[in-house]
Amino acid sequence: MKDGVNGVALGVFIFFFLAVTVIGFMAARWRKAENEASLDEWGLGGRSFGTWVTWFLLGGDLYTAYTFVAVPAAIYAAGAAGFFAVPYTILVYPLIFTFLPRLWSVSHKHGYVTTSDFVRGRFGSKGLSLAVAITGILATMPYIALQLVGIQAVLDVMGVGGESGNWFVKDLPLLIAFAVLAAYTYSSGLRAPALIAFVKDGLIYLVIAVAIIYIPIKLGGFDAIFSAAQHKFATPNPKTGQPTGAIAPGHAGQWTYATLALGSALALFMYPHSITATLSSRSRNVIRRNTTILPLYSLMLGLLALLGFMAIAAGVKVSNGQLAIPQLFEDMFPDWFAGVAFAAIGIGALVPAAIMSIAAANLFTRNIYKDFIKPDASPAQEAKVSKLVSLVVKVGALVFVLTMDKTVAINFQLLGGIWILQTFPALVGGLFTRWFHRWALLAGWAVGMVYGTLAAYGVASPTQKHFGGSSKEIPGIGEIGYIGLTAFVMNVVVTVVLTFVLRAVKAPDGIDETSPADYTADAGDPGVAVELPPATAGSAH
Amino acid sequence: MPESTEVKRPVITPLRVVIALCLIAPFVAMLWVSSYAKTDPALGGIPFFYWYQMLWVLISTALTMIAYKLWQHDQRSRTTAPSTSDSSKGGASK
Repeated sequence: MKDGVNGVALGVFIFFFLAVTVIGFMAARWRKAENEASLDEWGLGGRSFGTWVTWFLLGGDLYTAYTFVAVPAAIYAAGAAGFFAVPYTILVYPLIFTFLPRLWSVSHKHGYVTTSDFVRGRFGSKGLSLAVAITGILATMPYIALQLVGIQAVLDVMGVGGESGNWFVKDLPLLIAFAVLAAYTYSSGLRAPALIAFVKDGLIYLVIAVAIIYIPIKLGGFDAIFSAAQHKFATPNPKTGQPTGAIAPGHAGQWTYATLALGSALALFMYPHSITATLSSRSRNVIRRNTTILPLYSLMLGLLALLGFMAIAAGVKVSNGQLAIPQLFEDMFPDWFAGVAFAAIGIGALVPAAIMSIAAANLFTRNIYKDFIKPDASPAQEAKVSKLVSLVVKVGALVFVLTMDKTVAINFQLLGGIWILQTFPALVGGLFTRWFHRWALLAGWAVGMVYGTLAAYGVASPTQKHFGGSSKEIPGIGEIGYIGLTAFVMNVVVTVVLTFVLRAVKAPDGIDETSPADYTADAGDPGVAVELPPATAGSAH
Repeated sequence: MPESTEVKRPVITPLRVVIALCLIAPFVAMLWVSSYAKTDPALGGIPFFYWYQMLWVLISTALTMIAYKLWQHDQRSRTTAPSTSDSSKGGASK
């Protein structure tokens, strides 16, 4: 780390940050509807986004600052094992193609804002819907916290805050960034991250394109980069005596690699923020069309992952792996371009943090406040509660990051991934069939949650006694695999078995308010536009 | 789409099988890790393991695009051809 503050880089960073702030506040007036006081407007941008806005929004949402820091950091630390992010994002798109259009249709027809809304409508079970809502909120909170960790990493490398002794001076930049984020999310809702995502993705693509050409040239080509990495990974770890990593996964690592890729792919679209961005799109086809253009982000992620090897070849030495990539940028790029790269990561944290807080707030409002506290809440009241909760969620994440060790946030995010995957049977199962019994789904969910949590707790690593990783021996198979996927399989088995039992004893089914045609309805179909809340119908340009 | 008018159309058609194959292929390729867990042959200095998976980003995109086009074709042929709309609509879902 260079001594002191990198003034040029910081100046460029602040410039972009201010630009984005202005955009965030102006977003409130973009595609404004006549009646903005509803959750459809604030929390889903009027459900009016077309192919390109959705592309930027989803890309900005799923490929977070933490992704940009953590994926290459994993490669930097262990090599091939960290590359599972690429097959993971490859597998996501065929999955989306298959089930999200159905979710979009049924949500549009019935005015659902969250996945829990759908689960309640489909299975007529407030308990199951509450379980899905709480899982979503629990999984999202640490994810927001990690976005802050991403901003902190960038600020650290620029020499702002970090090592300063005074906690207030140290955390002030982060506090300012967060106050601004909270203010424009409150006033503009989902429209703010949608607009800012354009800036974020533009910057990210620019930085990756430059990095992937410029840095290898400076380091003597990919041959030199990979032989340096080979050399580093072959050196045994002094503590364990094992090689520290590998360029291609050995036999033992292959199950882990495949199960992590599959489990993460199944989990990604269970996250509330992914669903929020999806439901804000204008039509079914916008989603399907997006599955054919979103993989551009996967390609970018693959290139970005290679930066981890470049950090090794460039001799970047950091005690905290999360700093490897920001440090690589500072070492390799001229100051002004390092500033652009840092701005890309910083803004890359703001977009998902905003969407995640909106998504968590929507869940609270629709599935806890309206279902259990105030059933007769008007749309305007719902929007108001949601706005306030989005603030609470963000403050909570901030307190989390400032008061606890970073590893706590990372542990919880790891758990969050395992947890959120347990809502898959209720949600995706529900989209295709009503055969599953609501109580069986609830029991399966509980089994998955408990097993996943206990299993993750029991994983030790050289540095941590608990939550040392997300993989563990799969019972009955004996290979090491992703805990989330194992828990998911248990969840499905319990659900299926109990459904047979409950059907046999004729346990009462909930009332299904949806009909088969709802799952294929598209915007403009007779009946779809009419049944939307007036605010949305009026804003459909 | 084959003969359609009066007969209730089957839910599984050759076209839909092709769509399903397009969507399943990436899973087979990516989860079969041992098929690509090696370093040779390298491409421009990048080991096989890495460029092969990035190549699959492009392949799976192409497959999804084909699936999308075929799906549109499937939907159009179902909505334009005269049929008892209810049954075909329910089945048109995937």
